[in-house]
Amino acid sequence: MALLEVEELRVSFPGPGGAAGSAGAVQAVNGVSLALESGRTLAILGESGSGKSVTAQAVMGILDVPPARVGGSVRLRGRELLTLTPKQRDRVSGEEIGMVFQDAMATLNPVYTVGEQLAELLRVRRGLSRSAARRRAIELVDRVHIPAAKDRVRDYPHQFSGGMRQRIMIALAIALEPDVLIADEPTTALDVTVQAQVMELIAEIQRDSGMALLLITHDLGVVAEVADDVAVMYAGRIVERASVRQVFAGPAHPYTEGLLASMPRIDRRDEELYAIPGAPPNPARLPSGCPFHLRCPRADDVCRATLPALEPLPEGRASACHHREELLHVSR
Amino acid sequence: MSADDSGQQVADKLGRHRAEPGDLVLRVDRLVRHFPVKGRLPFTSGGVVKAVDGVSFDLRRGETLGIVGESGCGKSTLARMLVGLERPTAGEVRFGDAVVHAARGRELRALRRRIQIVLQDPYTSLNPRRTIREILLQPFEIHPDVLDRRRRLDRVRELLDLVGLDASVHLDRYPHQFSGGQRQRIGIARALALQPDVIVCDEPVSALDVSVQAQVVNLLERLQRELGVAYVFIAHDLSVVRHISDRVAVMYLGKLVESGPEPMLYDAPAHPYTRALLSAVPVPEPVGRAERKRILLSGDPPSPVDPPSGCRFRTRCWQATETCASTEPPLTGDARAVACHYPLAAA
Repeated sequence: MALLEVEELRVSFPGPGGAAGSAGAVQAVNGVSLALESGRTLAILGESGSGKSVTAQAVMGILDVPPARVGGSVRLRGRELLTLTPKQRDRVSGEEIGMVFQDAMATLNPVYTVGEQLAELLRVRRGLSRSAARRRAIELVDRVHIPAAKDRVRDYPHQFSGGMRQRIMIALAIALEPDVLIADEPTTALDVTVQAQVMELIAEIQRDSGMALLLITHDLGVVAEVADDVAVMYAGRIVERASVRQVFAGPAHPYTEGLLASMPRIDRRDEELYAIPGAPPNPARLPSGCPFHLRCPRADDVCRATLPALEPLPEGRASACHHREELLHVSR
Repeated sequence: MSADDSGQQVADKLGRHRAEPGDLVLRVDRLVRHFPVKGRLPFTSGGVVKAVDGVSFDLRRGETLGIVGESGCGKSTLARMLVGLERPTAGEVRFGDAVVHAARGRELRALRRRIQIVLQDPYTSLNPRRTIREILLQPFEIHPDVLDRRRRLDRVRELLDLVGLDASVHLDRYPHQFSGGQRQRIGIARALALQPDVIVCDEPVSALDVSVQAQVVNLLERLQRELGVAYVFIAHDLSVVRHISDRVAVMYLGKLVESGPEPMLYDAPAHPYTRALLSAVPVPEPVGRAERKRILLSGDPPSPVDPPSGCRFRTRCWQATETCASTEPPLTGDARAVACHYPLAAA
């Protein structure tokens, strides 16, 4: 049994004026299944509108239900999370699942010092005394390598740089020692030198604590640097699932193949980039058949008519493409 | 003499400088922009932000100069000065014989035609209340002497065709009916409308999805081949800059710390900051990632209000000495220039 298991997850939002599930509803996540083991890093790779963030939010239990409608199953150590009462669910957040978001300024409370925010969490959830909570807050700020932690806990979020704020968010996320950290684009707003520091910090915490990481990102470079396994999402579905080495050595879905080819490289200069034609589809108006067929160089009549299921391939990988077998042979 | 004639004369005066490939189109000389900061108390001064603090470079016809740097390094302020949206505190931008910020009236209007800008956010840089037809006709309304009124709509159709949009479908739509990539194409068409010699691209693909970025990068490259326009391509993404640039300049806290031809700068960076910046970029290749050497800089760039003495990078540099704290290293070298007391040997 994996630590975190997501099975056939479905999330829909009501369309304009309608209810979720009715006509015009947006099916943001459409049957996503994932498994994450202790100490491992699983990256969900996707572009805007792919459903990657909604998947993360459904697992974290922070979607407003209603209006959103969530179906399927999310299990942590075998325990179903989707049927918990809000109160039970609150205990899971932080204790078992920690969360880090892209925009730390919007996540931290601007009118409390970071020390107060950390200490409050520890007092409410761990029952620590004021002084013990304060000591632990300083340890946590020190743990995320913020210099002069003892003084910095008295500062407000706006007094920190973007990278430092992201470290504080990580401190909050790991304060209750969760088994799983879900990080939604944790470094997207950061400069590249600061991004490297933050990713290194997360990796270090992971090495020390054996925490599993579910990383939501659009950045192929970040995936290649930190992930063990990858799930590529497109139009609300997983289109490819494999180990990170498998994906980069030879993608088994034309979308992944296109993403890799369209990315300029820092280590060499290519003559011309491959460009995937068109734009990611609007989740409210998906094309027939395979949602990628309008942009796919391999699309044929079968692709236009029939939605391909995520089917297993050798070596534990899977692809949702009618041409998956030939793709694998080409890339070998 | 009609207004049209004198407009033509100014155009001719400037036109002398739109000559052969390899010619200089833009000369940027010791450009400085300081912004005053309010102090903590009313009526006090909090000093100045030295956003751009002495930047010089040349741009030749038909080439792409990439400018990279992290947030706050002054690259967007530089972009705004190049197109005349921001007035420099000191220094000048020359287009041919004309100084961009000294120009007035007709000369200034003519200059503006020659230097255009493409902005980062295709969602806020197009007027939401105007159709694409209106947005693309506007440059000709501002510069009526460029093209006869009757020929303008044909030109707009050509422009849409040039950037890969279908005039018969798209002309009367509003910006919100387009995807991010399509909006950026419209922004590029607008920049091209008056046939400029220079387009300053300020983070033109950073707001776009990965799969759409390549389309816009390829479009910019094709337009350069076809039209011979020169780009100043400003971005924080070093991979995109490597791909599109002939030469690259690296900015840190308002100054250029290194510049040179694309392959040299990327394969053998001479400034420690350039090397750290390059090594921080994630490589899309998982094989061998554990062995990859990465220079992790500590902390964030210092505040441009109070930059460090001497070399501005010394507070984050692993080889800084007392010399670095006391003396500012000048940017020396010609085709390949570096501002460091201890430039790195090729790795």
